[in-house]
Amino acid sequence: MTSSNLLSITTFIYGAAAVFYLAHWIFKKELLGRLGTWTALIGAAGNIGGLIMRWVESYQMGIGHAPLSNMYESLVFFAGTLVIIYLIIERKTRNSIIGAFATPIAFLAMAYASMSPNISDRIEPLIPALKSNWLIAHVITCFLGYSAFAIAFGISIMYLAKQRDVQGTSNLLSRFPKAQVLDELNHQMIMFGFLFLSIGIISGAVWANSAWGSYWSWDPKETWSLITWFIYATVLHARMMRGWYGKRIAYLSIFGFMAVLFTYFGVNLLPGLHSYGSF
Amino acid sequence: MLLLSIALTSIVGTIIPQNQNPADYFRAYGDFLYRLFNVLDIFDMYHSWWFQFMLVLLTMNILVCSIDRLSATWKIVFAKNPSFNLSRFRNLSQKETFSGNQPPNELKKSYEPFISKRFGYTKVEETEKGLCIFAEKWRWTRLGVYTVHLSVILLLLGGLIGSIFGFKGYVNIPEGEAVNRIRTMPSGKIRPLGFEIKCNSFNVSFYANGAPKEYRSSLTILEKGHPVYKKDIIVNDPLRYKGYSIFQSSYGKMPATATPEKKPAVQKPSGKITLDFVSQQSGKSYRIQTVVGKPVEIPEGLGKFMVVAYKKKAEFVGQNIGEAYEGILTPKGGKPVDVLLPLRFPSFDRMRKGKVVISVVNQTTERSNPGSPAGVRYYTGLQVTKDPGVLVVYTGFIVIIIGCFITFFMSHQRVCVEIIKGKTKSKVIVTGTANKNKMGMQQKVKKLSDKLADLTPGS
Repeated sequence: MTSSNLLSITTFIYGAAAVFYLAHWIFKKELLGRLGTWTALIGAAGNIGGLIMRWVESYQMGIGHAPLSNMYESLVFFAGTLVIIYLIIERKTRNSIIGAFATPIAFLAMAYASMSPNISDRIEPLIPALKSNWLIAHVITCFLGYSAFAIAFGISIMYLAKQRDVQGTSNLLSRFPKAQVLDELNHQMIMFGFLFLSIGIISGAVWANSAWGSYWSWDPKETWSLITWFIYATVLHARMMRGWYGKRIAYLSIFGFMAVLFTYFGVNLLPGLHSYGSF
Repeated sequence: MLLLSIALTSIVGTIIPQNQNPADYFRAYGDFLYRLFNVLDIFDMYHSWWFQFMLVLLTMNILVCSIDRLSATWKIVFAKNPSFNLSRFRNLSQKETFSGNQPPNELKKSYEPFISKRFGYTKVEETEKGLCIFAEKWRWTRLGVYTVHLSVILLLLGGLIGSIFGFKGYVNIPEGEAVNRIRTMPSGKIRPLGFEIKCNSFNVSFYANGAPKEYRSSLTILEKGHPVYKKDIIVNDPLRYKGYSIFQSSYGKMPATATPEKKPAVQKPSGKITLDFVSQQSGKSYRIQTVVGKPVEIPEGLGKFMVVAYKKKAEFVGQNIGEAYEGILTPKGGKPVDVLLPLRFPSFDRMRKGKVVISVVNQTTERSNPGSPAGVRYYTGLQVTKDPGVLVVYTGFIVIIIGCFITFFMSHQRVCVEIIKGKTKSKVIVTGTANKNKMGMQQKVKKLSDKLADLTPGS
């Protein structure tokens, strides 16, 4: 079995996990929730295994490098970190409804990576600009941040749905964690994501200083990551200084995730230094 | 808010490419917009006076707000004897309660060392109903947010130092030659270095698929003609000397006149050009011959393609990619797009991600040269920078990471264990507050209460 096969299988496992979680939410069967958790765990193991195999395969091809060098690999890594962070939250909050909003994102990322005609899953050699140990630090920290923001996005949507049903008449929403808990989780995820986005931007800057000769060159990717950073900084200030909470924070969090998505995908449409067609 | 307005205006700079040729701008935007954008410095907006002005505003804003709040925080953080307000703890909604057999003083003896081990500072007070143990930790973390703000100011300061005292320049050095001056950008001034950089050799290697693998320049630093330092530089591994950083940036071949050996002159291949068209949909490949200026019809209805020019030294994102054809692809019912076809990189056009991938079938021109064979002499293109602000910026980086961690994940935590004397049993009430993450604090209070209950006989 090759890493590509394993990762394709992982895509379907994530799909199954998403279905289990959704069924657990809708049909209120504990067993389904537990099935979801185990499936997600197996998926995460396959995801990590696939990345490791890919790493080994690249060495067998004689062009060994960490599997974090193009769009395909970054999407796979993103899905993996997202599921792992989610599983930790599930363990801490003992609520597996959030899974119905987190695992579909991982599934979509994996499906997009393996099916989009624009994304090649071939292992390509690294071009000189990417040959650096900073590659690993930069990509891992950025994607930890992105995954945290993705989960914050899912939680924000749950919060907004929950908010609409104040009397608790809806059967489906009554099983969500309390609005207060969702709000706090959203905030925690944003703080976590913000810290890692900061480290990601910083490691990128230090890397740029040794590759391009300047730590900041206002390249579109850099600028957009800074824009994202500003948006989440605004969220944190609004909450800590202005005491904003709930709905407004949830909307801002969704808005921030849109900026994340643009930084990730949209920037490739703009001209700039990051345009290796990668990430 | 200021943060968002900086974010919004930054977007403009990502949509309009910066620092391009004025003629290109003129063509793209027309007369009126071109003049308007030019007045507003939109083509180099991140260095324009109004963008810099916003950054100054941001700095002032951070400074003023921080200093304004700091005085209050400072008093709390550096109070000699932290004071505790019992009624505040009594008013807290969340309380953990249990009871024990021993009188308050006995309980105090077993509790106090336990709590002080966990919290550091403890204080015992008598109350009207018994006694009270206060404890607290991480008071200093209230300063975390100020360290983050300080670091942002350090970053901006470092950027300022860099823009005033730093510079960036380029120089091309032929193999075997040395230079002692560079041309700085964007001013174009010549700047002496005070030492010489000699290029001993330059090498470029390629992967089997034609993508570049490594650009390597072997450099020697000469002081007054004597070699003092030698290093091979590659992309991502620059040479640093006396505050200067020397980066691998580009390369090229010396003009034929510079090479004494006779070799077939590289010239515009006047004759036929053989092109491969690979349809991305069907995967089929079509080989078609053409000449410059003659449009060809691509099968599968993929449009028309015409080679418009041959370039001896084509550039792509600032890198010299050698000989290439320039062409125009006109898809059916679509807009014409410029296509660049470097002879050395047959898979280059895949990057465009179009419906058809075009490549040039190997010509009888000069081959790519991994390791310069006799007769070909390269020059290496170096970027030389000096930025005394980097150290300040890096300090800012470290401080911002530590500061964010403290601000987000550590809080000033205070607990109060009240022991009320009863007839036979003592009642213990555990409460606590934190300036952040209140929910996490509730769990901590619960845990502390459980631990204390374990220490209590008869609870």
